Amino acid sequence: MAKPKKLLNNPVNVVTELIDGLVAASGGDLRRLDDRNAVVRTKLADDKVALLIGGGSGHEPMFPGFVGPNLADGAPCGEVFAAPTPDLVLDTLSAVDRGRGVLMVYGNYAGDNMNFDIAAELAEEAGIVTRTVRVWDDVAAAPLDRITDRRGIAGDFFVIKVAGGAAAELKDLDDVYRVAVKARDNTRSMGVALAAGSIPETGERTFELPEDEIEIGMGAHGEPGIARRKITDADAIAEEMTDRILADLPFSSGDEVALLVNNLGATTCMEMLIVARKVHQVLAKRGIAVHRTDVGSFLTCQEMAGLSITLMKLDDELKRYLDMPARSFAYSRS
Amino acid sequence: MHDTLTPVQARDMLSAVARHLVANVDMLTQVDQAIGDGDHGIGMRRGFSAVEEAMASTEPVSVSAVFKAAGTAIMAKTGGAAGAIFGTMFRSGSAAFDGQAVLNAEGFAGFLALGLEGVEKRGAAKPGQKTMIDALAPAATAAKTAIARGLVEVVKEATDAAKGGVEATKDMIATTGKARTLGERSLGHPDPGAVSMSLILEAMRDYIAA
Repeated sequence: MAKPKKLLNNPVNVVTELIDGLVAASGGDLRRLDDRNAVVRTKLADDKVALLIGGGSGHEPMFPGFVGPNLADGAPCGEVFAAPTPDLVLDTLSAVDRGRGVLMVYGNYAGDNMNFDIAAELAEEAGIVTRTVRVWDDVAAAPLDRITDRRGIAGDFFVIKVAGGAAAELKDLDDVYRVAVKARDNTRSMGVALAAGSIPETGERTFELPEDEIEIGMGAHGEPGIARRKITDADAIAEEMTDRILADLPFSSGDEVALLVNNLGATTCMEMLIVARKVHQVLAKRGIAVHRTDVGSFLTCQEMAGLSITLMKLDDELKRYLDMPARSFAYSRS
Repeated sequence: MHDTLTPVQARDMLSAVARHLVANVDMLTQVDQAIGDGDHGIGMRRGFSAVEEAMASTEPVSVSAVFKAAGTAIMAKTGGAAGAIFGTMFRSGSAAFDGQAVLNAEGFAGFLALGLEGVEKRGAAKPGQKTMIDALAPAATAAKTAIARGLVEVVKEATDAAKGGVEATKDMIATTGKARTLGERSLGHPDPGAVSMSLILEAMRDYIAA
């Protein structure tokens, strides 16, 4: 398959350059941490539990696009698809710590876990208290009894949104941690891939998928899913994915949920809305109320075609923090 | 042939290791494309280019210090799982040389043993999961067995064992890391991290045998 056309300069500099663009677009809300690949808010309230998010780059707007008021306070950005280094995580969390500790929220991948863990150990030596919430929302990645083996995908957003609201309001790190864990534990996702994304530095696609096939449950880096098959119509695919998500938590009649339909990169808004419509129909049929719906690009994988569906089961507390006003490059609500 | 290495020679050996890894980046990329997301090669290029720079600027005060500096460079520049793992291996392993004036057979075997211990703890991983541990663990065992025969043989035996370990990963199903969801589709392909581990030992062997 031909390498995708991309608008790049020296691909070694993609992370540095995207952060420059993000800072320029932030209207003064964000700054680069020294000359490092990390963004932090320019105005941090004193006396606030800090929220640090982060991971490999190439998934924009995740993570740095969700740094802002009532969202995250800072994000170390790794190289493309590679976790940030311990010293970058440490420097970023030191920059956002305001003496009430730092909650770290990131996707559950071996590389992220190790690098953030090393940073947390170094932070402890420096007298900074941290707590960690790893997001593992991808139901296709492992069975429920091995939930801690699951990957974090677009469900990261709901956890970040809720944790960001809680960190803005609650003064105790343990309280913010408790709310973030509840958000994580009530969030489930599944993706479908239509075509692969590529790695900017090599131009190579991360996997091969025949012209007429899709893969249900594929991960955001092209990790294999649960079924590869000939492409069928949108409704059948959306219904199968929604059914698998609903069965996993499980969600049941009378529940209230937030819905996120996430673009993996190259899918049209038209297709996204067609799928969002079908998910609403399936949920209505099951007696599940949709409190709010977000459709757009939250966690992408370059020019990967496909989407993921995320549901978070709500209670009053989660609803409160989900509905709080927020402002960032990739997500704002008033 | 070297039966011991001075701190200066240890530094030169690690520079040779760095050049060997950087020279094999394209091969590592291809190996990773079969089983992962294809970024292992460019990660190792970042890490081992940093090792080459660190070796050029590190004062070789001791064997331990140059190995630790290499590990610190890898951890600071690689990123991803590979940075944490290979950085930890060099940093944890360097403790075997603490207080030692030269690198000898026993020290080298200790380096692999402590490096393995550090990596297993950091990654919560063990042999058989199709990772770099499947090259490192047999290398550490082989090195320990060969100590009485001197440094040249220790490193040669460790390298051969690591290569055997790489071959063995072809028959393993990944159960940790990004490749774990490949399940049986990971069969037939070697683990990229194990290949890198074997390259590191290969370059050490060639330096010590020369």
